[in-house]
Amino acid sequence: MISIRDVSKHFGSFQALKGCSTEVKKGEVIVVCGPSGSGKSTLIKCVNGLEKFERGEIVVNGTSVGDPRTDLPKLRAHVGMVFQHFELFPHMSITENLTIAQVKVLGRGKEEAIARGLTLLDRVGLRSQAEKFPGQLSGGQQQRVAIARALAMDPICMLFDEPTSALDPEMINEVLDVMVALAREGMTMMCVTHEMGFARKVAHRVVFMDQGQIVEDARTDDFFGSPRSERAQQFLSKILQH
Amino acid sequence: MYELDWSSIPGALPFLWAGMKVTLKITATAMLAGIAWGTLLAVMRFSSNRLLSWFAAGYVNLFRSIPLIMVLLWFFLIVPAFLEGLFNTPRSSDTRLTSALVAFALFQAAYYAEIIRAGIQSVPSGQASASLALGMTYGQAMRLVILPQAFRNMTPLLLTQTVILFQDTCLVHVSALADFFGVAYKVGDRDGRLVELLLFAGAVYFAVSYLASFLVKRYQGRLAT
Repeated sequence: MISIRDVSKHFGSFQALKGCSTEVKKGEVIVVCGPSGSGKSTLIKCVNGLEKFERGEIVVNGTSVGDPRTDLPKLRAHVGMVFQHFELFPHMSITENLTIAQVKVLGRGKEEAIARGLTLLDRVGLRSQAEKFPGQLSGGQQQRVAIARALAMDPICMLFDEPTSALDPEMINEVLDVMVALAREGMTMMCVTHEMGFARKVAHRVVFMDQGQIVEDARTDDFFGSPRSERAQQFLSKILQH
Repeated sequence: MYELDWSSIPGALPFLWAGMKVTLKITATAMLAGIAWGTLLAVMRFSSNRLLSWFAAGYVNLFRSIPLIMVLLWFFLIVPAFLEGLFNTPRSSDTRLTSALVAFALFQAAYYAEIIRAGIQSVPSGQASASLALGMTYGQAMRLVILPQAFRNMTPLLLTQTVILFQDTCLVHVSALADFFGVAYKVGDRDGRLVELLLFAGAVYFAVSYLASFLVKRYQGRLAT
């Protein structure tokens, strides 16, 4: 579904990604983790072309992202993305947030879009908030709406860029619950997150990054049981200490 | 000691009102056309097309570096000749109002463009990312997500700029166009009561501008909550 081959990227003279390669198969859930500044977010943003990369190739569902002839909006319409800061549209109601892209991008009829939106809102447990505005919801609720918004586009895969990093601790679980349910349904997911409990529970593989490189790319059990690289061992011992 | 005599004002009120309508017409037209053109200029400045962003930057810097009164004079001289060539209008027809409308709209657009540019920059970049990630084109993201938020943030500044525009319209005096200030001047001149008429006109400009600024501030306060 997503194939990343030897991808490199610079921000000015700083090399953010150094020859990264990995793969996400259909129905697979992978977690990308690593210290801040390791390039995780940059890598996931390259997958739907929000960030450009200079070298290498990323292919999503048979379409090359870096190819200048690729119709990026068309590709992105079917690759869901959830952001650290939710990025709901504050000037629109929750319902409008869920329907705008369905109508303007997919060309769905308004009623069909609303029906689809409400179904998904129901699924994330927020049906009763449909008429509110994003500012009236808690962070956890906003992030659940953001997930519903992405799902309303009937994505072939989902990208999560630190979806719980900006949340109060008590709200993290409500978002993770939605993500776990999604993973169990067989959604293809690439998640940048530090939630190791989530990784253990549903991830098929864990990709560990440091200084722009993929240091370790292992099955979840292997990653937590016997990380091969010293850097991953250090990282794990630090974050699992408490 | 000069004795003020206000007696010529009541009889002149209908003329003054006609002049005020011209003033308001110029203000409203320049505001609407200026914001529309200013929005385009602001979006052009963010364009990845070098030619477009260069043109927009050049336009804004040019108009912001020239006194308004000179822009007005040029348009009073150029636009009639231009219209004559384009539509074959006779030289004698009065194009002063059209010239003033065009000049004010083009001039104000430069100022509105800078305000709107700051407004666009005030919208967090994640909003654009989220729009693009949903499959929107750059244009859709601008139109549906970025600009509506930019305008909401910028409305107080745009209105304040319009109050300045309202005051600046009296510069059409250079073409002897009968706007509010022009009428007041003519009546005062005719009746030998220039001081009274100009004091009166000043009071009206003050009242309208002050009231408008007050309303903008109240609106701004509501926006902040």
